[in-house]
Amino acid sequence: MLAPLAQVQIQDRSAGDASCVADDGFCPEWIVDNFDRYVDPFMQHVFLTLISVAIGFAISFGLALLARRRRWLIAPIAQITGILYTLPSIAVFFLLLPVTGRGDLTAIIALVAYSLLIIFRNITAGLDNVPAETKDAGRGMGLTDRQLLWRVELPLALPEIMAGLRIAATTTVGLATLAFFAGAGGLGEQIFADINFKSNVVVAGGLAVLLAALLDGLILLAQRAVTPWTRARAT
Amino acid sequence: MDEGEGDMTTTFAVLGQFGDAIQFIFEGETTREGTEVGGSQFLELTWEHVKLSVVAMAIACAVSVPLGLWLGHHRRGQFLAISFSNIGRAVPSLALIAFFVAYLGVGFTNLTLALVLLAIPPILTNAYVGVTQVNPDTVDAARGIGMTEGEIVRKVELPLALPLIFGGIRTSAVNVIATATIAPLAGVNTLGDPIINASGYGDTGRLAAAIVVAALAVFTELLLGTAQRAVTPEGIKLDSDQASRRGRIQIPIRRHAST
Repeated sequence: MLAPLAQVQIQDRSAGDASCVADDGFCPEWIVDNFDRYVDPFMQHVFLTLISVAIGFAISFGLALLARRRRWLIAPIAQITGILYTLPSIAVFFLLLPVTGRGDLTAIIALVAYSLLIIFRNITAGLDNVPAETKDAGRGMGLTDRQLLWRVELPLALPEIMAGLRIAATTTVGLATLAFFAGAGGLGEQIFADINFKSNVVVAGGLAVLLAALLDGLILLAQRAVTPWTRARAT
Repeated sequence: MDEGEGDMTTTFAVLGQFGDAIQFIFEGETTREGTEVGGSQFLELTWEHVKLSVVAMAIACAVSVPLGLWLGHHRRGQFLAISFSNIGRAVPSLALIAFFVAYLGVGFTNLTLALVLLAIPPILTNAYVGVTQVNPDTVDAARGIGMTEGEIVRKVELPLALPLIFGGIRTSAVNVIATATIAPLAGVNTLGDPIINASGYGDTGRLAAAIVVAALAVFTELLLGTAQRAVTPEGIKLDSDQASRRGRIQIPIRRHAST
């Protein structure tokens, strides 16, 4: 049922400095000539990361709102998501294979499961850190519970929520390099395809690090944009 | 699991695969080539997996706990201690290991080095944050009763920072055990062998390896969690009790110091 994960040497090494490529070296010419082969895996990596973090956020957000009303739920949710966080994703990929088969779905389920604890913990911590006086003031102004949540608590919790998203995004980029074990491709497949070839490892690995840094920076910018008051306080 | 069969059949097929995998772990199989896989051979793979992880963790702790304590005590290198862990998180473990294989070659030593690099950031950051979070009044009091700087670090700051340090060690240990699964890429036969070198093991062997790796990670997490609670000074435990009595249930800081 499973296609063997044979390690295939990257074909077509003819381009560029032949001896450098034959020596598994770091060859700028080869990289320039062969950069195309990394575009699709990179896009797949972006897709896996974004969709997993988005679904992970939606679920965690729902759980956090639920736990806000029923506080006894916090401990069991933290424990269950904690176990999901502990399970190595590479093991989860193979545990899911008999159930969901090879493909994006298996990879996304595992990546979502991993992100839940990080995001849930940060949303809950953010909501908890809203000062009681602020909430009282909101109630005193006649806000309903729903208005209090959306207009007072969530905006004040945004820095922590966004911090959780940053951690989730960067770790998911890292874990998605293993998604090819579930048959979902990504940059990891390129790394695995020829792990002895320095040019290949540097480009594929470098792109993954770059993607993580990029997402981290983008979320930070978004956070600054939606929480102007934190900037005002800092200056 | 052929398509077109009923849901029940699929369910049993899935359960059957897990059953086969469990049997594979405990009894093993003989491949067509006549080699024994699973069973006692899995014990060897597990031992190699544990050995690799323990050696890497021991070195990582020996490096990062003293460094984190020293940096934290002198309030130096905040940038190093914090940003190191942010960078560490962004480097995929597969890329790190591939980098070591491509540039330094395969083998136990090189792989251990890669895992040490992977394990250092969370412990270093947590040790640093743990020390800086100690109440300055407590440190002043210790200085006031005549403790030397070394004694302050060992007798005051270290015990108070221990829960957070253990949180870092937990993060790293689970991460190292997960990453040791791809060790066969670097020529070390851990439990990842059935996953990376599928031939001879088959689907059942891979599933079996995944189960053992998952169990190992959960076991480590529970073990270190117990240790973390055991080293938490009574005074700090009291604090969190009071906090929960005030109606604020706290999710323990287990992993990263947030930010």
